[in-house]
Amino acid sequence: MTAILEKLTLYWQYPFVRYALAVGVLISLCSSLLGVTLVLKRFSFIGDGLSHVAFGAMAIASVLHLTNDMPLVLLITILSAIALLCTGQNAKIKGDAAVAMISVGALAIGYLLMNLFTPSGNLSGDVCSTLFGSTSILTLTKTEVRLCTVLSVLVVAAFVFFYHKVFAVTFDESFAAATGVKTKVYNFIIAVIIAVIIVLAMNLVGSLLISALIIFPALSAMRVFKSFFSVTVCSAILSVFCSLLGILISILAGTPVGSTIVAADIVMFFVFSAFGAIFGGVHA
Amino acid sequence: MALITCQDLCLGYNGQEILHDLNFEVNSGDYLCIVGENGSGKSTLMRTILGLQRPFAGQILTGDGLRLDEIGYLPQQTPVQKDFPASVWEVVLSGFEGGCGWRPFYTKAEKQRAEENILAMGIKALRGRCYRELSGGQQQRVLLARALCATSKLLFLDEPVSGLDPKVTAEMYELIEKLNREHGITVIMISHDIGAALRYASHILHIGDRVFFGTNAAYRESGIGTFFTKGGEAQ
Repeated sequence: MTAILEKLTLYWQYPFVRYALAVGVLISLCSSLLGVTLVLKRFSFIGDGLSHVAFGAMAIASVLHLTNDMPLVLLITILSAIALLCTGQNAKIKGDAAVAMISVGALAIGYLLMNLFTPSGNLSGDVCSTLFGSTSILTLTKTEVRLCTVLSVLVVAAFVFFYHKVFAVTFDESFAAATGVKTKVYNFIIAVIIAVIIVLAMNLVGSLLISALIIFPALSAMRVFKSFFSVTVCSAILSVFCSLLGILISILAGTPVGSTIVAADIVMFFVFSAFGAIFGGVHA
Repeated sequence: MALITCQDLCLGYNGQEILHDLNFEVNSGDYLCIVGENGSGKSTLMRTILGLQRPFAGQILTGDGLRLDEIGYLPQQTPVQKDFPASVWEVVLSGFEGGCGWRPFYTKAEKQRAEENILAMGIKALRGRCYRELSGGQQQRVLLARALCATSKLLFLDEPVSGLDPKVTAEMYELIEKLNREHGITVIMISHDIGAALRYASHILHIGDRVFFGTNAAYRESGIGTFFTKGGEAQ
């Protein structure tokens, strides 16, 4: 035990460890907030699809030799999110098919571009780290940490501001639209927030594991809690806890950061499921 | 002036017209039942009046200071709601969202009205319960309380008793009648239940191959409803 503490104290002195923990907490907080909405609106796959789009955008950025790929990735992902959500009922290609097309297409184009234009010999290593989250969370610069902090604060503020509207639109879109709620505007805002969260989360867990980060805390919280408010608060706390735990374990045991966090999320899901099954949930 | 007037309304979906030149009006205090066979366009008519889709032609006029977004609406249950973690209180309160505009939180007055509506629907004891764990009849009362938060003038009910057992159905009809009689709320109800329509409604709109609009008594005389009332011996 003392050995572990000593090791942690040692690591705490390095700024990159502190940066990693700060960014980890922020990203997991943001990604858990809209998890409930995404799961219930059957948007789980939009998270998956968009993360592949972000992967494609990163490939384009690396081909163009952009030193800071964040703005380009953010722009392309937001545009795709809007394209997916705002085609609505009039689209010729609907819902899951559209998501699948964009997702697989972006993944393939991204890999193709990297294969054709990247001079680096370690191509599969590059792809693997983009997909599964690299050590990049441990190599964050101060600017990246600042950008991430600003975006996270904006996401949390937007969520608090639109909390009741998100609830109304998610629970019953027809009723909301019929009684004068601007559902299209709020769906648009939700899409933008989701895109921002996904681009943020790519740094932490990579594009393949983003869905897990968004969905697991919400699903775990829904096993136990019964009101929208308590589920949201619980999934936020749970998500932050799992990320901290995952990052600490990965530092101590030398495991990949992203997969360790998701593994922690999965364990908590089973713990919460068992708790919910035994106690029948908390009526709060 | 009538609360809602539909003039020469043509409507349908996917570009296909299913109803044309529909004329009727709803006055304050009316209890209108919309009846008709499956596929006759009842739900499309409702979606059009609620502004969820556009009419092909014709217009919907409102009067007595009613805005189209001031219609309280009791929709049919959606699949999303079956596993939605929400307390009764949260669901009822969300009825005010349409009137909020960009304001992020509910006011004290709105919370007070939500409490009153919960009381009026007799679901005070369920206030903190989880919506998805309630029985069908209880869920309808919750949604009715939410609809009352969105309006104090006009309620639009889409088959409010589908899936309920006879006892709960009767209670539901009594509750709706009470809202109409005592609270002075105008009711428009889509129903398959022609018996209930004839018992409670002041006016009937029958749509399908033959269209009828008029008072309950006129509808009984017209004989259009015999297909329903005599148990469907036609065809």
